[in-house]
Amino acid sequence: MLARYGLRLVALGYLAMLLLIPVGMIVYHTLSSYGASAVWNAMTQPDMVSALELTLKVALIAVPLNTVFGIVFALMIVRTNIPGKALLNAIVDLPFAVSPVVVGFTLILVYGQNGWFGQWFIDHGYPIIFSTPGIVLATIFVSLPFVAREVIPVLREIGTEQEEAATTIGATGWQTFWRITLPSIRWGVVYGIVLTTARAIGEFGAVAVVSGSVIGQTQTLTLTVDSSYQNFDPVGAYAAALELAAIAMCTLFVMNLIKPRRAN
Amino acid sequence: MASEAIPAPRRSILGAAPSGVAPGIAITYLSLIVLLPLAALLWVSTGYGWHQFKEAVTAPDAVAALKLTFGAAFAVVLINGFFGTIVAWVLVRDDFVGKRFVNSVIDLPFALPTIVAGLTLLTLYGPQSPIDLNLAYTRKAVILALLFETMPFVIRSVQPVLLEMERDMEEAAASLGANRFVVFRRIILPTLMPAILSGGTLAFARAIGEYGSVVLLSGNVPFHTEVASVHIKSQIESDYTAGAAALSLVLLGASLLVLLTMNYLQRRGLRHAR
Repeated sequence: MLARYGLRLVALGYLAMLLLIPVGMIVYHTLSSYGASAVWNAMTQPDMVSALELTLKVALIAVPLNTVFGIVFALMIVRTNIPGKALLNAIVDLPFAVSPVVVGFTLILVYGQNGWFGQWFIDHGYPIIFSTPGIVLATIFVSLPFVAREVIPVLREIGTEQEEAATTIGATGWQTFWRITLPSIRWGVVYGIVLTTARAIGEFGAVAVVSGSVIGQTQTLTLTVDSSYQNFDPVGAYAAALELAAIAMCTLFVMNLIKPRRAN
Repeated sequence: MASEAIPAPRRSILGAAPSGVAPGIAITYLSLIVLLPLAALLWVSTGYGWHQFKEAVTAPDAVAALKLTFGAAFAVVLINGFFGTIVAWVLVRDDFVGKRFVNSVIDLPFALPTIVAGLTLLTLYGPQSPIDLNLAYTRKAVILALLFETMPFVIRSVQPVLLEMERDMEEAAASLGANRFVVFRRIILPTLMPAILSGGTLAFARAIGEYGSVVLLSGNVPFHTEVASVHIKSQIESDYTAGAAALSLVLLGASLLVLLTMNYLQRRGLRHAR
């Protein structure tokens, strides 16, 4: 009995000190130190609004692309016999093994002014680094594996019987995919989309390296938290952090809604 | 001919395998976004040559940053391995009011942006700490940030194993007179170890590259609290490409090495289990 309460105390104490109290604190601190109206005022500043818009814009490009390609990668890895499948599987996972700062750095090596193709893009009027396309590329890179990671085990689990049956009675590949495969993997896909979106909205390191952080132009919400804090504007930093924390709470809520369905 | 009488199946075996241009476009996408930049890193590093690489990774500030990064990551794996296993145990075997809530917030570090995590920890454990515990700009702050970011890995990898674990072995051992400690050490821990290790490996790979949660909290003092990713960032900003490339390669190589090792061990383990 004593051991049981002891373990419970240790586990909950650890979670409280590391997770629950800090996250509760940030909400409390933001509202109690600066007041709701000052926080709202900071959130509605044009620079903050444009940072939120950029963040959402980038997510709106990165998430659909990574969703579609994530499903294709998963199907290629589980449902085909192409050579190099194991390698493809490893490469899809690769972004998880790369530090965000290194992601940004490698993009500079390719698309920066002194990079492989950087000057070409600059000459044609589409600079990539220190500009929105760089932020999009960095975001796609870091959030690429999630959908494939979630869909692969589901595809393995459901097997091929229904798909084979559909093919036997004359369904085309597309029909089989839309009517059989996609409905069976949908919760895996949705869960993957939630994780991709959270990462896309929350990415900081990779974006910090490639964006140049021009206020009102290439500044995302996460970059605003950092730059406001460094520039002695704690209200701005905490207001942006509160927005992001609210998005994270929604993400967590949706994750927990989907989890039981995903398991079935 | 007989072979023409039987129509060949259009796709090899599988109903919904992507066909036509889809795989080609997908591979191109992957190449442009992931492989090309990583290839550039390898190419640029090779271009600078072995001498420059050695010089960059043995520079005193780089060595200090790498030592701190790997040391802190290792400490974090040990701490989260220990507490993560206890948390997983309590969430599976214990029962208390609010357990579902606690279980649902475990993933918060994955949902919360790293920079927000940094600011959050700074609020509670920084100069204005309401509990009078100021860790900011110390090495403890680095460990704190990494603990937060990597907390879910061990818990989430141990939990399913505990859920599936049959209790009859434990009960048998107990009925033969083994005390709780012996049961834990001889029966439970060996079963959980692969999951603890695999969670720990993911945590390690994540920890050595972590940037956002560390950057506000650690103060980035060279030779003291500057981790490798922060050091790389400052090298990029000062246009020291050879140095940034060398350190990037070290971080990338280290995380690939631990992940591949784990993969290999897991596969070997699976084969043995069969």
